[in-house]
Amino acid sequence: MLEVRHLRKTFGSLVAVDDVSFSVLPGRLTGLLGPNGAGKTTSVSIIAGLLTPERGDVLVGGRALSGDTDPGKRRIGLVPQDVALYDELTARDNLRFFGALYDMSGTALDHAMHAALTLVGLADRARDRVKTFSGGMKRRLNLAAGLLHDPDILLLDEPTVGVDPQSRNAIFENLEELKRRGKALLYTTHYMEEAERLADRIVVIDRGRVVADDTLEGLHATVSPGSSGSAKDGAVSLESVFLTLTGRSLRD
Amino acid sequence: MRITALVALVRKDLQLFFSDRRSVIVSFAVPIVIGAFIGSLTNEMGNNSNKPLRVKVAFADLDASAVSKALVADAQADTNLDVSVADADAARLQVQKGTVVAAVIVPKDFGDSASRAFFQGSSVQKPELTVLVDPSRAVEAGMVRGILAQHVMQTVAQSAFSGQSLAKLADRGLAEIDKSNMPPDQKRLLREMLNGVQRFYSQNPSASRGRGAGGLFSLPYTVREEEVTAGKRVPYNGYAHAFSGMGIQFLLFAMLNAGIELLLERQRGLWKRLRSAPISRYGLLAAKWASGTIISLMTLLVSFGAAMLMFKVRIEGSVVGFLAVAIACSMMAATFGMLVAAIGRTPATARGVSSLAVLVMVMVGGAWFPTFLFPKWIQQLTVIVPVRWAVDGLDATTWRGLPFSSAVLPTLALCGFALLFGLITLTRFRWEEA
Repeated sequence: MLEVRHLRKTFGSLVAVDDVSFSVLPGRLTGLLGPNGAGKTTSVSIIAGLLTPERGDVLVGGRALSGDTDPGKRRIGLVPQDVALYDELTARDNLRFFGALYDMSGTALDHAMHAALTLVGLADRARDRVKTFSGGMKRRLNLAAGLLHDPDILLLDEPTVGVDPQSRNAIFENLEELKRRGKALLYTTHYMEEAERLADRIVVIDRGRVVADDTLEGLHATVSPGSSGSAKDGAVSLESVFLTLTGRSLRD
Repeated sequence: MRITALVALVRKDLQLFFSDRRSVIVSFAVPIVIGAFIGSLTNEMGNNSNKPLRVKVAFADLDASAVSKALVADAQADTNLDVSVADADAARLQVQKGTVVAAVIVPKDFGDSASRAFFQGSSVQKPELTVLVDPSRAVEAGMVRGILAQHVMQTVAQSAFSGQSLAKLADRGLAEIDKSNMPPDQKRLLREMLNGVQRFYSQNPSASRGRGAGGLFSLPYTVREEEVTAGKRVPYNGYAHAFSGMGIQFLLFAMLNAGIELLLERQRGLWKRLRSAPISRYGLLAAKWASGTIISLMTLLVSFGAAMLMFKVRIEGSVVGFLAVAIACSMMAATFGMLVAAIGRTPATARGVSSLAVLVMVMVGGAWFPTFLFPKWIQQLTVIVPVRWAVDGLDATTWRGLPFSSAVLPTLALCGFALLFGLITLTRFRWEEA
């Protein structure tokens, strides 16, 4: 569904991503893990069309995206790291606006808004202004805005930052439902337990390069039981795998 | 770009604008309040057909002669002056306190000395009339000097040409002729003339006591003043200029805020969501420009609408010209807001710098004070300030009552500024969202 090939992007002398390649399949969630500044958000931004890569391609359904108005962008939904909503507008008005950007209108838009709000459990707050929402509700509405136009691919850039366990769990359930519906999900996070729970495949990126691309089991196999990265019972945690792959030095 | 998306973008900006009570008040209510205040001041100063502007002047008459008394009386009768009489120290104190614009000290022996100096020019010492002025009111002080010169000339001339003065002058002239070395035939001619004057006043004693020829001495013209506005029966309405100035100022502030909002959208990640949709980057800017133009135009039209309803401001000239200037001004303001977003790095720094830019533009552009008050070089410089063209265009089509042709140049200039700001925005706008 989504294929990323040999992406390279620099900002001045800083190489943000270099030869990054991976793919995301329908009905699967790919976790994109990496320390701060590893190139996760840059990769997502390139896929969403916010940045132009110096090299490489983003293929959606086997076709490379080109330009701002490429119709292939309709197949991608973005849930940015920030809560990208208009606080002064109601939940409905926010969704109506974001739907119109994808040429949605009339009954089809009304149905899509209702479905998205129901999925994230905010149907009864549709007419309330976003500024009256809690942090968790805003995060869920942020997710609803990204999937309103029924994209095949959903890019989720740390969508659970700053939310309580209840809202986080609700978001996880939403994502599992989307997987069941056949959506291809790319999920960036710092939280290893989120990746362990949700991801079918994990791509670890560090210093702009992909250092691992495997299933959770496959990654566990890269760290041998009893090594410094294993737990007392001999099981290997994803965090220890991550630290083994990316090192223990600080990345502020 | 699809029309659904464009309409949605414009509608969203309008929704956000109207949902922000502060923006609405700043854009619609504040210009009306300030315009009304400034308009009331300029109307008071400008509309002299009902109530003339009277400059306060104090006179200290140390001479107390017939001439000096006539001078004070003439000044008191002048409709341009509000004359009070005081002693010299009190008059000086009044100027110092600012209660009068100027004080005139008439010295002792002024009447006689001035009459003598009138005929004998530089050969005698002229009396010194002291005028104390308030330096902060130079324009009014200049007006006082001009009016004073007129009254002094009139009263001194009346005295100098009176019968008694002329008889005395003839006596002095005959004595001078006897002492002089001029040729005998010239002496004879002058004696005959001066003896004729003496005979006239000895045979007509009433003439020597009257004002003589002096009564006939006055300015050789009268002045008919006419306000040149839209028409003969259309008085100057100071509110028209005040409301156009304030309307322009606050639509610029509204668009400055729109630019800051765009920076905030970027900061809050909203711009990422917009850019991820299949919409061209130019389409996004075009929508911003369209919504900005609509908000600006509403600001200006609401401001003028209030002026029309409350203060009887009328578009005395071309309505089409007025609309052309208003639309061009709104387009310019909308691109100015986008320029703020393109050049500004953070909302805080952009707000500080662009607020200063707006204040300078409205100040030198004539939105606050008429540009003629500025030095010549600033007046010439204001052609590069869009506000100046907007003010000129709106003045021309409202109270000046000029035809459409008077709006063409301001409209073109404002469109030119809109184009310039738009081009800079396109080249400087940061499109990449990391």
